[in-house]
Amino acid sequence: MARIDLIDVVKQFKGETVIPKLNLTIREGSFTVLVGPSGCGKTTTLRMIAGLERQTSGDILIDGACVNDVEPGKRDVAMVFQNYALYPNMTVRENIEFGLKNRGVPRRDRERLVRDICEIVDLTPYLDKKPQSLSGGQRQRVALARAMVKHPKVFILDEPLSNLDAKLRVHMRTELIELHRRLGATFVYVTHDQTEAMSMGDRIVVMHRGEIMQAAAPMELYDDPDNLFTARFIGTPPMNVLPMNLLPNLGTEGGGRAEYVGFRPEHARLLPGSADPPSDGLAIAGSIITRESLGAEHVYQLRTTAGTCFVKQFLRPYAGGDFATAVVPHDRLYFFDGEGRRLRNLRAASRPEPAAAGVR
Amino acid sequence: MPMVPKRLKPYAMIAPALAVFSLFYLYPIGYMIHLSFHEWNFISPEKTYVGLGNYREMLADDVFLQVLRNSALYTVMTVLLATGTALPLALWLNRKSGFHAFVQGAIFSPHIISLVSVSLLWSWLMDPEYGLLNGLLHWFGIGPLKWLNDPGTALLSLVIVAVWKNLGYNTIVFIAGLQSIPPELLEAAALDRSKPWTTFRRIILPMLSPTLFFLVIINLIGSFQVFETIAIMTQGGPVHSTNTLVYYIYEYGFRYFKIGHASAAGVILLVIVGTLTLGYFRLLSRRVHYYG
Repeated sequence: MARIDLIDVVKQFKGETVIPKLNLTIREGSFTVLVGPSGCGKTTTLRMIAGLERQTSGDILIDGACVNDVEPGKRDVAMVFQNYALYPNMTVRENIEFGLKNRGVPRRDRERLVRDICEIVDLTPYLDKKPQSLSGGQRQRVALARAMVKHPKVFILDEPLSNLDAKLRVHMRTELIELHRRLGATFVYVTHDQTEAMSMGDRIVVMHRGEIMQAAAPMELYDDPDNLFTARFIGTPPMNVLPMNLLPNLGTEGGGRAEYVGFRPEHARLLPGSADPPSDGLAIAGSIITRESLGAEHVYQLRTTAGTCFVKQFLRPYAGGDFATAVVPHDRLYFFDGEGRRLRNLRAASRPEPAAAGVR
Repeated sequence: MPMVPKRLKPYAMIAPALAVFSLFYLYPIGYMIHLSFHEWNFISPEKTYVGLGNYREMLADDVFLQVLRNSALYTVMTVLLATGTALPLALWLNRKSGFHAFVQGAIFSPHIISLVSVSLLWSWLMDPEYGLLNGLLHWFGIGPLKWLNDPGTALLSLVIVAVWKNLGYNTIVFIAGLQSIPPELLEAAALDRSKPWTTFRRIILPMLSPTLFFLVIINLIGSFQVFETIAIMTQGGPVHSTNTLVYYIYEYGFRYFKIGHASAAGVILLVIVGTLTLGYFRLLSRRVHYYG
């Protein structure tokens, strides 16, 4: 178990700044997921922690000790690579043993360690096979075993599931969560897949252009995003974001001027166009352009004058016609300023439509 | 091709290539074997059948036995030195900098020079009286060597020329091989606390084995067929100390016009190179690793 601190870390490649200034603490024993679109610097961050890449400036601490000048092998870090990086000329046993041999672990201990690990990951029948003759899932296990056998303080995983097929990926997710619980080590996991991040991490770091957009627990990210980027990155379909100036009947109370309003597709309800919308919510009328049914949930794409938005209904599909109104309760609205920052002090307020003013 | 039965289709497809191959490779080889059982002087319409006479005569010939020894020695030394020096050189040159690129270009340049020029250049460098090499050795107080003029050093001198000529090519191929090693393998090794020598022996060398295999075969066959440098620099001398198989064949065929004898030597060359290649393939097919 170890805690990792990145302090004012800057990384430049050939004069181009990839990470302008990163400050991050990864709690000991946590399953921290770095997530973001490709090129956001998540893999670079991971590689700097492992020592495969050196930061241009700043400090990296593992368990409070600065490891800037410590070579990768001495950081007590094990890594699982995206394509597993198994040594093709060695058998499964030799692959797992290699790190132990280099550490001078005696033969008898090595044999015991390899045997124990292989039982955990179900590799015992394949010990004397070469990686080429294994399936993707088995190779993945070898890579895990090779990392685990060293009993590292930190596990680093770089998109380890992206080469597996969908079914196996979901299966391996649960196995990794289980593994993390059993080992109690600090896991740092990189992925570009937000579903993977949400389902595995106990803490998620959303990155964009080398900067941390938000670092929080999964549900916190989902319920309380700091900015537009996080709001739109987490969740499928993503949060609907509409410009305020196209929604004349939505007003705000409190400090700050909102430029954008967002709501989760699952917080909206579809009503037939003819029905009277309730007054305590934002009502947006439009026409349904796609209907997607996934069994338990149904996703509709609605084209409105303020833009296109998604609406997700559970269990019962919407039965009305193509002309519909999406209704979102006021307390489910998120407001953002022009820079994309969340305005937490704003509350929604209905504003009577100008034409109807004075009538009611 | 709707008329051709499915089973024959592949044969029909490779027929053109096979025809060319037969005409220019199989037929000459067959004809050479045929000639090796005859006595012929290239001009006379008569070819006299002598059975194994040419082979018997050749194997009784001390010069031929020396030729075989020379060829073997030359090949072993050239292959060992040309691949053995190219590998450390490639390890050193496998990085991106202007200087390294320059050195790469410099050591590759002999490969594109014609062998005739190379031979003339080295004849001059190795000249016992006016040569640059002896001048250089003199500086270090080492007495003049006779290089190509001494039966004891002539073959080694030719090996030096061959190594100089092949080194650049071998190095470039090794560098290409090194660059095809997935970098994450080396990173995984670094995380596994592998020392540089262990990484080289357990990861780099096995990953490089297809490249090494290719280079050894190419150098082996090339060395066994050495001809130009010998023809220009030594004519097989002094006292047959640099006479090798192909030069021997050339002398018998085009100097003494003993085509049968030359063909018999050609068959021997074919058998040797063929066996070596086959044996090497067998031996290494189990020890060569391909990634994937």
